[in-house]
Amino acid sequence: MTDFKLPSIDYAALSPILIMLSTALLGVLVEAFVPRRLRHVVQLTLALLAVLAALTMVVLNADERMITAGQALAIDGPTLFLQGAILVLAAMALLLIGDRSVELGGAFVAQAAVTAESADDRRQAEGRNGLTEVYPLTTFAIGGMLIFVAANDLLTMFIALEVFSLPLYLLCALARRRRLLSQEAAMKYFLLGAYASAFFLFGVALIYGFTAGIPGRVAGVDFATINAAVSDSPASEVLLFAGMALLAIGLLFKAAAAPFHVWTPDVYQGAPTPVTGFMAACTKVAAFGALLRVFHVAFAGANWDFTPVLGVVAVLTMLVGAVLAVTQTDIKRLLAYSSIANAGYLLVGVLAPSRDGLAGTMFYLVAYGFSVLAAFAVVTLVRDADGEATHLSRWAGLGRRSPFFAALFTFILLAFAGIPLTSGFMSKFAVFGPALEGGQTWLVIAGVLTSMVLAFPYLRVVVMMWLSEPGESTPTVTVPGGLTSAALMIGVLATLVLGVAPAPLLDLATGAAEFVR
Amino acid sequence: MSNFPFLSVLTVAPLVGALVVAFLPRHRPELAKQVAFVWSLLVLALSVAMWVSFNAGGKRFQFRESYSWIPDWGVSFTFATDGIALVMLMLIAVLVPLVILASWHDAESSKRSVPVYFALLLVLECTMIGVFAAADVFLFYVFFEVMLVPMYFLIGSYGGHQRQYAAVKFFLYSLVGGLFMLAAVIGLWVVGGKTFDWQALSEVDISTGTERWLFLGFFLAFAIKAPFFPFHTWLPDAGGAAPAGAAALLVGVLDKVGTFGILRYCLPLFPEASKWFAPWALALGVIGIVYAALLAVGQNDLKRLVSYTSIAHFGFIGVGIFAFTTQAGTGAVLYMLNHGLATGLLFLVVGMLISRRGSALISDFGGAGKLVPVLAGVLFFAGLASLALPGTAPFISEFLVLIGTFTVNKPVAIIATLGIILAAAYVLWMVQRTTQGTLNPTLTEVDGMRRDLNLREKVVVAPLIALIVLLGFFPKPVTDVINPAVQATMDDIGRTDPAPSVGTVQEAAK
Repeated sequence: MTDFKLPSIDYAALSPILIMLSTALLGVLVEAFVPRRLRHVVQLTLALLAVLAALTMVVLNADERMITAGQALAIDGPTLFLQGAILVLAAMALLLIGDRSVELGGAFVAQAAVTAESADDRRQAEGRNGLTEVYPLTTFAIGGMLIFVAANDLLTMFIALEVFSLPLYLLCALARRRRLLSQEAAMKYFLLGAYASAFFLFGVALIYGFTAGIPGRVAGVDFATINAAVSDSPASEVLLFAGMALLAIGLLFKAAAAPFHVWTPDVYQGAPTPVTGFMAACTKVAAFGALLRVFHVAFAGANWDFTPVLGVVAVLTMLVGAVLAVTQTDIKRLLAYSSIANAGYLLVGVLAPSRDGLAGTMFYLVAYGFSVLAAFAVVTLVRDADGEATHLSRWAGLGRRSPFFAALFTFILLAFAGIPLTSGFMSKFAVFGPALEGGQTWLVIAGVLTSMVLAFPYLRVVVMMWLSEPGESTPTVTVPGGLTSAALMIGVLATLVLGVAPAPLLDLATGAAEFVR
Repeated sequence: MSNFPFLSVLTVAPLVGALVVAFLPRHRPELAKQVAFVWSLLVLALSVAMWVSFNAGGKRFQFRESYSWIPDWGVSFTFATDGIALVMLMLIAVLVPLVILASWHDAESSKRSVPVYFALLLVLECTMIGVFAAADVFLFYVFFEVMLVPMYFLIGSYGGHQRQYAAVKFFLYSLVGGLFMLAAVIGLWVVGGKTFDWQALSEVDISTGTERWLFLGFFLAFAIKAPFFPFHTWLPDAGGAAPAGAAALLVGVLDKVGTFGILRYCLPLFPEASKWFAPWALALGVIGIVYAALLAVGQNDLKRLVSYTSIAHFGFIGVGIFAFTTQAGTGAVLYMLNHGLATGLLFLVVGMLISRRGSALISDFGGAGKLVPVLAGVLFFAGLASLALPGTAPFISEFLVLIGTFTVNKPVAIIATLGIILAAAYVLWMVQRTTQGTLNPTLTEVDGMRRDLNLREKVVVAPLIALIVLLGFFPKPVTDVINPAVQATMDDIGRTDPAPSVGTVQEAAK
């Protein structure tokens, strides 16, 4: 305890994280000192510039492979790939969050503290500018996610989890319309998220106990130590299994895997749609990035123990997502269950113990993120006087009213259904192929069977849009301004390009698919 | 000329045409129709050039092209055609212009965009050509699935009564089959050492258990697509609801993908499993022949009736394929072509009749021949071709299937022969109730029924009638192309034809 060695820190490798977090702090200052009418522009520009700068640093760091900041952070292929993915998808989400052309004043409430459904609340729904705190909150969340996928010990991972979760709980509560639903969603998300975090933390403690007593090592929760402990710790394996299970609960909660998925439909429905898109794309990347690292690096030696359990979770997730999606009548809830089912497919990729499996999972995350953001971008556009018209019956005949946007949405739905020439098909192949190769035949069969079920709800929406006659209540699609259009077009184009020419991104993913240990 | 990249150009050309047509102004429907028609004629001309430069006695796969696509997975754009695929490509190229011509006014009756209808037809042509021209299993799967999308919208947006239900049922059935195939495709990729090249995969040894599962995955997809009994229930709905032109393509070409897939993928890639499952497949074929024919007799809706006759015919094709003799195999392939011509014609004519009467119900007709004699005559001819009257092309194929089957499996051949009798029943009874007999007085009050075939419609039916008669008397140009490919397929599964039991020629030679 006498000599304390300063850990070496490679600031260049950490720069994306530092950029995002310092921009978030700067954003707080902007809230304090910049005049109200300028804040929106300043904040949005600041956030976008920070994302671009961080992305540039990720690209510049592309060849770095190191563990830095003590044992806390691993900057390696998967980290950089997933950080890049989070930043690109976050940029799209920021475009959606920043849009004020679709709804007067933006999708966010002007004053969060006003009691829901009160007269004051109704007044502020009429078009006062939304609060600009959303930008620092989002930037904090992005920063947390960047740490989450890089974390190389469980405590750093826990802190990162909290850093990106807390802003998300708040963001969920800020919807301009349907305030009660939004606040309920935030409350639910917060309570369940807090439980999940507690589980995670308890798991960390048990694992710490498990690592005690390995000859020649100090107890710790960094992944190298855990990995060594898995093979030769003298401690009881009960500690290991219980710890792994508790950690998995925390991570699977964020990934929205069954049976830890119950928050997903409510939160996706209640949260402001741009935030929903942000969660569906970026949170998924972050959660699966962490899952991959924890199970492929820390617990790689316990492969035989966790694979059957996670396999059951994967099958359950696919089943719950697919079957319950069939009964949904609200487009946002439908997309939520679809996101749950997709978490199941991603878990199939996590359980493919090979470089191809890892690459396939990372490819899937990127492809799905683009599609789902584009899907939610369309959801923000279909609206009437009361805000978004999310009930499916309202979408009847939309293809007649607004063929262009209906066609885009149809394309995205076909991608979700896994029709070839869309990224959805390529990503399914990217995870199912390595899984089958790794001997997980039953997971692939479950995946294929649930895909059949899941095709039905997507098709129902297509039928609604194109084959039904427009009703009295069919809203028109609001023609979006530049920001939402850009996000939508990027999402759709990426879905198409990754479906037709997936080779470049696959190469990139395969090249990156190796953890440093 | 044989170095010309026929297959890729043929695949891409209709897609380019579709884009052109789709972006024509919506208020100029005539222009869209003309462009689509001329475009499909260009595709036909190119196909004819390909037919001419195909060397029937040459290599099994010709016009091979290969371009890298996803090297990580061993996927490439590989096109190649054997005689079987070539015949189907020709069928597509011939049918599409005729369907476009026949559908000239179909899209107008719906409230939807006319150019989009013709663009969808061209997209469909692109995917149909692609599915037959692909020599890479992944590429085949891509076309197999994408094919659903234009057809779905053709049925769903431009179809008749119950179109939504029919379109969704069609899509879901096909998608379910396709996903089973996807699992098998991935499995094949894994056991085949991460390649999708047909040639390489056909040389891979697969363990018996795995081979059977993979066969089942592919077979299920193809059996739903074809469709074979008991996976057929979507076809009468889809065929009944689709606009006549789309229905002609659906039954004439799209469904052949199923039987073609069995010949190209199931048999050569999984020869042992094919033999193991053959009795079951034969049983499905025979049941289909009799069952669908019986249902056809009972139909009161013209398009549904034609759909059921098709299911019966697919039973014949299935029997022909799984009899594993060259004669039956050739017969099955020839049947695929002839059925496309005859049923295509039947669908188009029935469509003309329905658009005049404004009803598809047989009971709404009666004695129509007195009002529209030429149309009634063409319907009669199409019916006769469909029941395989000697002198029409289907007769030859049906006969080949039956004698080819008889040499190896007498009971199946005998039961299948029942199908011929039933075919006579459903066709003749249908013709009698619609065009013969006393005139249904309400018919005279319908304006449309006073117009006989106009020039456009005559141009539609004439080439089909000519081809059916020509191939009925002189099928040699086609059989020359088919035979080597069928022979090669039979070699793949290691079956040789049984020697004739009363072999006088052989004994004389001794």
